[in-house]
Amino acid sequence: MTQTPNRMNRYFLWALILVLPLAIILLNQSDESDAASPSMDAANSTKTADPQSLPPAAERFASLAAIEADPTVKRRPLDIQHWQTSNGARVYFMAAPELPMLDLRLVFDAGSARDDDQAGLAMITSGLLGEGTANLSSNQISRGFESLGAEFGASSYRDMGIASLRSLTSSELLQPALNLFTEVVSKPSFPDDALSRIRNQALASLKYQQQQTGTVANLNFFDDLYGSHPYSIPSQGTAESLKSLSREDLQAFYQRFYVAQNMVIAMVGSLDRSSAERIAERVSNSLPEGQRAKQLPSVAPLTEGLTKHIDHNSQQTQIMIGGLGVAKGDPDYVALYVGNEILGGGGFGSRLMEEVREKRGLTYGVYSRFAPMREQGPFLISLKTRQDQTTQALQVVNDTLTGFLADGPTELELKTAKQNILGSFPQSTASNSSIVGQLGSIGFYDLPLDELDQFLGAVEKITAEEIRNAFSLHVDQERLITITVGQPSKPAEG
Amino acid sequence: MRIFWLLGRTASLLALLLAGSWAIAATSNTHEYVLPNGLKLIVREDHRAPVVVSQVWYRVGSSYETVGRTGLAHVLEHMMFKDTKHLATGEFSRIMASVGASENAFTSRDATAYYQVLAADRLPLSFELEAERMQHLHISDEEFARELQVVMEERRQRVDDRPQGIAYERFLATAHQASPYGNPVIGWPQDLKSMTAQDMRDWYQTWYAPNNAIVVVVGDVKGEEVLQLATRYFGPIPSRELPLVKPLIEVNKPGARRIELELENARLPSLLMGFNVPVLNTADEAWETYALRMLSGVLDGGYSARIESQLVRGSEVASGAGAGYSAFGRGDSLFTLSGTPNVQQGRTLEDLEAAFWDQIEQLQQTPPTSDELARIKAQVISSLVYEQDSISSQAQQIGTLESIGLSWRVLEDELDNLNAITPEQIQQVAQRYLTRERLTVATLSPKPASDAITQ
Repeated sequence: MTQTPNRMNRYFLWALILVLPLAIILLNQSDESDAASPSMDAANSTKTADPQSLPPAAERFASLAAIEADPTVKRRPLDIQHWQTSNGARVYFMAAPELPMLDLRLVFDAGSARDDDQAGLAMITSGLLGEGTANLSSNQISRGFESLGAEFGASSYRDMGIASLRSLTSSELLQPALNLFTEVVSKPSFPDDALSRIRNQALASLKYQQQQTGTVANLNFFDDLYGSHPYSIPSQGTAESLKSLSREDLQAFYQRFYVAQNMVIAMVGSLDRSSAERIAERVSNSLPEGQRAKQLPSVAPLTEGLTKHIDHNSQQTQIMIGGLGVAKGDPDYVALYVGNEILGGGGFGSRLMEEVREKRGLTYGVYSRFAPMREQGPFLISLKTRQDQTTQALQVVNDTLTGFLADGPTELELKTAKQNILGSFPQSTASNSSIVGQLGSIGFYDLPLDELDQFLGAVEKITAEEIRNAFSLHVDQERLITITVGQPSKPAEG
Repeated sequence: MRIFWLLGRTASLLALLLAGSWAIAATSNTHEYVLPNGLKLIVREDHRAPVVVSQVWYRVGSSYETVGRTGLAHVLEHMMFKDTKHLATGEFSRIMASVGASENAFTSRDATAYYQVLAADRLPLSFELEAERMQHLHISDEEFARELQVVMEERRQRVDDRPQGIAYERFLATAHQASPYGNPVIGWPQDLKSMTAQDMRDWYQTWYAPNNAIVVVVGDVKGEEVLQLATRYFGPIPSRELPLVKPLIEVNKPGARRIELELENARLPSLLMGFNVPVLNTADEAWETYALRMLSGVLDGGYSARIESQLVRGSEVASGAGAGYSAFGRGDSLFTLSGTPNVQQGRTLEDLEAAFWDQIEQLQQTPPTSDELARIKAQVISSLVYEQDSISSQAQQIGTLESIGLSWRVLEDELDNLNAITPEQIQQVAQRYLTRERLTVATLSPKPASDAITQ
C-alpha cells in the first residue's frame, strides 16, 4: 500500500499503548561511514579491512561470486484471474492452495478524498462497519467472527475504503464467516451509540497525534501541498468536523460509495475459480449496483516554495521537505522509483542515509519517497534530529538533493539499485496477505494484470539519463515545501 | 443468521484442525541440528515461494546487562554493521542490498538477532557474511562514537519525545525489583554517555560465539542442504567458554508500588497496571502460564472480549484499553492492563483503574463461561494457521523460544495445552496473581497549562 497511511482502526488507542512494549524491541541497522580522520586501530586483536585496498567483494566472498554469475531470481508465479460480477464489481483472484485459508478484500473508491467539507467522514463510515446491522449488534458481530476464528477489518485511506475478511476455508467455517461478512458490509445500521463512541475515540486520537511532531508536520504538509484539492482534507477529521457528523451523513456516504460498481474484490486463498466466482457474486449482489465515483479533480502545481516552522515542545525537530510527485500509472514512475531508491528510498546505503546518518550521526533515519495515488501523490523527504542540529541537517539534505538533481545516479548506483529491486521482488509475492494487497491495488487503479512484470521489465531497462530527466521534470527544488516542527530557537532555512 | 448457531461451530473447528494435516506438516517439515561447535540450526521447509528468511540469534539481550552498563546489547547490534576483517564499514548492508535481500536486526531483553529475507538460492551469502561478522568484527573508537550519536537520536525518537514511551520505561523500572527486566533495552541516557568502544569489544568477545547462537531458516530449502551450508560456513568457528547465566526470578509478592507522571508534552492521560507473574521458564506449574494466557484472552482476545465489549463499548470508561501477557521470557514477567480513560465522556484515570479492578474481581469470583473460552480457543487455533502465511513470523516464533532456552516444539503442544485449561484454572490464576501485593501502577497525566515551550 503506497498511500499515506491515515487509517484509523478500532484498536488504535490501546494499540498505541501496547505497541510500546513491542517498540522496545529495537529495530536497527546501519551502513557506510566516511572516516574524516584516519582510523585509529584501537586495542582490538582483529585487523580492520581498509576499504581502499579491498579487492571486489565477489573475490572475497565465494557465495557472492556465484550469485553474480547467475543473477536471475525465481518467483512465485502469479496466476491472476480477473472478471466482473453480474452487477459490475471488478474481481481479482489468485488461487493459493497451500494453506487452508482465504483473504478477501473489498476496496471501494471511498477514501477521505470523498469527504468534501466533512473531514473524517470516510474514516468514521468505515469505522462503523461491524458495529451493527439490521439484525445484529456489535457484540453479536464480533462474537460471530471470533468464534469462527475469522478476522474482520475495515479501514480507510485518502483514496480507498477497505473491508476485509480472513477465514479458514473449511466450508463449515467459511460459509458462516462469509454470511456474516456480507451482512456486515451490506446492511450496516450505523447505530447512534457506536457513532458517538467512535467519534470520541477519534477525538482522543487527534489529541494523541498532537503529541507527535511527525503527525503535526504531516497535516501541515498535506494542507500546504494540496490547497483546495480533496487530498488536503485531513483524513482523521478535525475536532469540529467530527462533532458535526451525523448518522444521516454516514448513511448517505455509504449509500453513494459502497456500491458494486465502485468496488474491487480481491481474493487469495485455497479456493478454485468456481468457488471464487460464487463468493464474489454473493458479496457483490448484496450491494446495489450504483455508480463509480466521479473522477477527482487534477492537482494544481505549487507556484512557489514555502518554509514554515511550527513550535512544539520536543527534543527532536521533525523535518519534512517535499512537493508533488506523480499519480499511479504515470509513465515516469519507474524512473522516479528507481532514482528514489538511490536518493533515500532504499534505506541503508541511500545517499540521504549515508550523508545524514552514517557520515554525521545526525539522525536515526532519513527517508524519501514518491507515494503515487489516484491523482498526483506527494514526493516527501522526512527525518528527525536533535533541535540544535536542525539547520545543519536541513543543509545536508538539501545539498544531497541538489547534487542528485544535477548529476543523477552513477552507473554503479543504478546497477546496484536495479539488482536490489529485481532481487527483492520474490519477497513481495511470498505471502497471501501481500498478494491480496497487490491485487486490490491493481484493480483499484485499473492497472494491467501483468503490472508487476511490466514494472520489473521497465526497471531493467531504465537509464541514468531517464532518471535524471524524470527528477528534473517532477522535482523542482525552487518549489518545495519545507516544514519543521520542534522548539523554535533556530528558524528553518530552505 | 443467528449467533448461537455460529457458536456451535467452535467444537467442529477444533476437531477439524486437530485432525487436519497442516499441524503435523509443520512438525515433519522442521529439522533441528547442532554443529560440533555448539551452534544450533533449525530449518523449517515452506515451499510456497522461492524465498527464505535467515536469522542468527545470539542468546544475549538487555537482561544480561548490569547497573551502569545498560544499552550494551543494543549498541553492539548497531556496531555489527560496521567493518570486519573482510568487510568495510557498511559493506554488509550494501552487499545484501545488491542481491535484493531485506535485512535488519533487533535487540530484545533476552536476545539479539540479525536477519535477511532473500531469494532462497542466495542463502549461502547470508551464512557466509553472518559467519564473517560472528568472528571478525572490528570496533574502532571513532565508528563507535559516531554510532552512539545515532543511538541517542534513536532514544530521543522512541522514548524521550513520546510521553507514553517515558511512562512505559518508568513503569518497567518500578515493576521489576530484582530483575534486569527493569532496564530499558535501549539503555538509560547516562549509561549511553559513559559507554566506551572497549565495552563493545568486551561484550562481543564474551557473547558472540557459535555455541551461543541459533540459526533459524524458514523457506524454500531442504533441511540437509542447509545443514551442509551451515557446516561449511559456521562449522569452522571455534566455540568459546560462556559466562554462567543465572535464572531471573523476581521477588515473590513484592508489594504494591505506584508512580505518577505529569509530562508537559502529554495530551492524553494513560494508565498502566502490571502484576509480577511467572513465565513458562520459571513457573512451578506450566499450566499456570497457559491459564494466564487464556485469562489475557478473556480480557482482551479480540473485539468480543471483556475489555472491548464492557469497558470500551459498554460503560465507555476507556477510549482504548487492553491486557497483555507473554509466557516466553527468560525470567519472571508481568501481566499488564493498560488504557486511556474516555476523557470525552468525563472519565478519569481513577475511573479506569476502578473498572480494571472490577474486571479482576469478577474473574476472581466467577470463572469465565465456556462460550468465552471456546471463542478464545477458536482464535488461537486459527491464528496458528494464519501465522504460517509469513515465513518471517514462523522464524520469529522459533527463535524466540530457542533463545530463552525452550524448544520450538513448545509450539507443537501449545494447542493441547491451551485447550486443556478449564474456567476454574483461569479463576485460580486470577486469584493467585492479580493481587495488590504484586501490583505496579503507573499513571501519566498531561501537565496543566503546559503549552509553553521550554528550552
